[in-house]
Amino acid sequence: MTAPADAAVVMNAGAIRRALARIAHEVVERHPDTGRVILVGLRTRGAPMAARLAAAIEEFEGVIVERGAIDIGLHRDDLSLRGVRPALQPSDLPSSLDDRVVVLVDDVLFTGRSIRAAIDALLGYGRPSAIELAVLVDRGHRELPIRADYVGKNLPTRRGDDVQVRLEEVDGRDEVLVAGGAWEGGR
Amino acid sequence: MSGDLLIRGGRLIDPGSGVDAMLDVLIREGRVAAVGADLGGVDAPVLEAVGRIVAPGFVDLHTHVREPGQEYKETVASGMAAAARGGFTTICAMPNTEPAMDGPPVVAQVQEAARGGPARVLCVGAVTRGRAGERLAELAELRDAGVVAFSDDGDAIASGTLARRAFEYASDLGLPIAEHCEDPALAEGGVMHEGVVSTRLGLRGQGALAEVSIVERDLRLAEAAGARLHICHISARESCEAVAEAKARGVAVTAEVTPHHLLLTDAAVAGPNGAAAAASPGGLRYDTNAKVNPPLRSGEHVAACLEALRAGVIDAVATDHAPHTVTDKQCEFDRAAFGISALETAWGVLGALIAWGELPLDMAIERLTWGPARAWDLDRVVPGLGRLAVGSPGDVAVLDPSSRWTVEPERFASKGKNTPLAGMDLVGSVVATVSGGRVVWGEGAS
Amino acid sequence: MVARTVRTDDRPAEAAEPDGAPAAWGHRHLLDVDVLAREDIVAVLDTAEAMEEVLQRRVARTPALRGVTVFNLFYEPSTRTRASFELAGKVLGADVINMTGSGSSVEKGESLIDTVATIRAIGADVIVMRHPSGGAPYLAAQHSDAHVVNAGDGLHAHPTQALLDAFTLRRRLGDLAGKRIVLIGDIKHSRVARSNVWALTTLGMEVTLVGPRTLLPTGLNAAPPASGRDLSLPRVRLEEDLDRAIEGADAVMALRLQRERMQGAFLPSLREFSRRYQITPERMARAREGAAVLHPGPMNEGVEIAADVAHGMQSEVERQVAHGVAVRMAVLYLLTQGVGAAT
Repeated sequence: MTAPADAAVVMNAGAIRRALARIAHEVVERHPDTGRVILVGLRTRGAPMAARLAAAIEEFEGVIVERGAIDIGLHRDDLSLRGVRPALQPSDLPSSLDDRVVVLVDDVLFTGRSIRAAIDALLGYGRPSAIELAVLVDRGHRELPIRADYVGKNLPTRRGDDVQVRLEEVDGRDEVLVAGGAWEGGR
Repeated sequence: MSGDLLIRGGRLIDPGSGVDAMLDVLIREGRVAAVGADLGGVDAPVLEAVGRIVAPGFVDLHTHVREPGQEYKETVASGMAAAARGGFTTICAMPNTEPAMDGPPVVAQVQEAARGGPARVLCVGAVTRGRAGERLAELAELRDAGVVAFSDDGDAIASGTLARRAFEYASDLGLPIAEHCEDPALAEGGVMHEGVVSTRLGLRGQGALAEVSIVERDLRLAEAAGARLHICHISARESCEAVAEAKARGVAVTAEVTPHHLLLTDAAVAGPNGAAAAASPGGLRYDTNAKVNPPLRSGEHVAACLEALRAGVIDAVATDHAPHTVTDKQCEFDRAAFGISALETAWGVLGALIAWGELPLDMAIERLTWGPARAWDLDRVVPGLGRLAVGSPGDVAVLDPSSRWTVEPERFASKGKNTPLAGMDLVGSVVATVSGGRVVWGEGAS
Repeated sequence: MVARTVRTDDRPAEAAEPDGAPAAWGHRHLLDVDVLAREDIVAVLDTAEAMEEVLQRRVARTPALRGVTVFNLFYEPSTRTRASFELAGKVLGADVINMTGSGSSVEKGESLIDTVATIRAIGADVIVMRHPSGGAPYLAAQHSDAHVVNAGDGLHAHPTQALLDAFTLRRRLGDLAGKRIVLIGDIKHSRVARSNVWALTTLGMEVTLVGPRTLLPTGLNAAPPASGRDLSLPRVRLEEDLDRAIEGADAVMALRLQRERMQGAFLPSLREFSRRYQITPERMARAREGAAVLHPGPMNEGVEIAADVAHGMQSEVERQVAHGVAVRMAVLYLLTQGVGAAT
């Protein structure tokens, strides 16, 4: 992924670490029975985030939280609008999510359409008692009635801005960039 | 006056008369009256042939005019028009009509339809009644009605016994039996040549053996009966070898090959190569226009046929002109009709072979004129046929052996637009065709 | 394994995404495996892994192909392939319509081209076609702008079967490069064998064909023509003796033997065929330990395959059927990428 020259770093590695740690505490605070919780990351960058959250909870509370990954490719509502789509990968979830608390984890919350697709996909695995949402960045401009339960950073943007989250596991470094104006090559 | 014409300034190639020289040809009342240098000052319309080849009109031993019975595919009239465009002034109408040409009435019907047309139509009578391969047709009556050969073309005479009797009976009559050599049991319903390509395309193949076994059988039967055998559309290397061997031991056998079996291999079924293949989904064409019987064969067979043609083992190039409608061809390969509309491309195909150095010019002309005429002794029916000697019919093909043109089937005079050569560049065109002194195609056609 | 130039004629020029995202699959139709490059096949198998996961869900249904109409046009009887495509389409949210050769206008002599045009006019986006004549799906693809999937044409090809076999083998054996498979029996009349030769050699397998001479096709391993297009199948090993061929094999695939082969004198008897070519436990003992056993079905147990092997530990036969749905989902998905797009 390349960023334009005018891209500004809005979160560095430390800020990301602190934000995830805070989210981990909030999840435990809200769900003392961590055994019911499953952290489900949206591919691509939600999956390593879910892993980091699970590790943080394990560190703070000494409990192991189950985690999974979900590929929303087959559930998007904008298939025909995108020229080339990323290759599908198998989702990695237990066969039943009945009575579980699913915390969906994604890097950026924007229009809400990815989350809608993820919820649609989750319903194929049963009936969770609750589905919550954790995001590193909420940049606004929702097109659906969706809100995040856990937010690392609220980031006011213009619609045309480009927000890029980079994670060590995927991109080799941790940072969040925002660039103004319309430039090509975004996600 | 009608039937008078002076063809002036061309290079006369008349292999049957052993002539290759700059000579004019004067036709009076439909017959050649004089052949000589600078025949100026005569009172006749003039056809300028400067820079052209002047040859006897082509003779096709194998034409399907489809009339009677399948006039939607071709008629005698449209077949004659196609012949004229191809430089053919004599065509031999095959008897697989509906009803089959197995008796004088159908022969008369075709002869009547051809009267006054731009080409001479000679009839080939069926060997068996209804071409059913069960009982002999009345062969002597057919001869008296004017047929020049017998054939059950479309099928071989499958029964060995019947074939033996047919040769014996025909030997009395002095006419050849033209055999479509295909053992139905060995052909196994194959729709193309059996080999690499049929395996790739998953189509049922018919091997060369299906042809060769009948060729070898008939050579022995004809030899034993002292009869004349003509091998239709020879296509296999082993058949050429068998014919060569039989000729060497004195069997009265002649053979023809089609232009397409000299040019195309079975790969034509898969369609064009390279960039052109992109036009076909999946890169394979399943070109039903390349479906023909006998099938287009592999390169070794094509090379062997060319060699046999050069060596004189094969006497004639015959078109096996087999017109079909679009519906007959635009369907699954298994269901498509066999055959190629070939009268109008024959000379262009030979021209390409000449240009590539595969065939000498005079030999190509010989195999289209005197070769076929001599094979079936047509001189006896039409004196001088296949040559341009004094007294010969005033049938002339004026040729340009080097001009390039693209095959556009939609411009054919034939109703059959079915050719695998569509879009292909051929070399050599028929500039004008003269039939009985009348220009029937080309510049000054009336 | 022979290096082959893989033609990409029916693929539009498609630039890869700047950040390295995979390019679109790019094939408009799936007529045979012969035009698929290694990465095309791998894309199908990888996508099928995701589809396989979908099939494990309690509610196996996604909206990915919502609004897409899949027309199953079967001119030959088939239960498993048709059902497999039908399920594949439905799991992806497509509308699936079935049409067979009997009881339709096809029986009244309607031409294939007319039928295909009619189906397209009704709104078919994908035509899944099985036909007794080799090349019929190619004709359909020439005369329709719907995506055409070949579900078996005559003796020619059965690409989705080959892809599901490759999927099954990859799951069992991992990377297939350098692995050995033996295909046994009636190769001559087998579209499954033909497509598998393409798919498995493209993935780097060494393929051995075993059968009596009467059941092997003509022209295998022929020298390429001096000029013109080389239309030969990929190079394979040919064996007449099964015991020798199976030695050390990583996988064996039995092909269905049609009983009518006795009529054409391809074989003297089922008894003699089974004695020479049946996959038995004793023969499997010669293969590599844990070698996979495949059969495209339906099986003639006791003829080409012993019951003990068909239902034994090494048998992948049932999984092949299950994988068929995932692979066909992958094919439908990849072909229809961009359906409804502006260009």
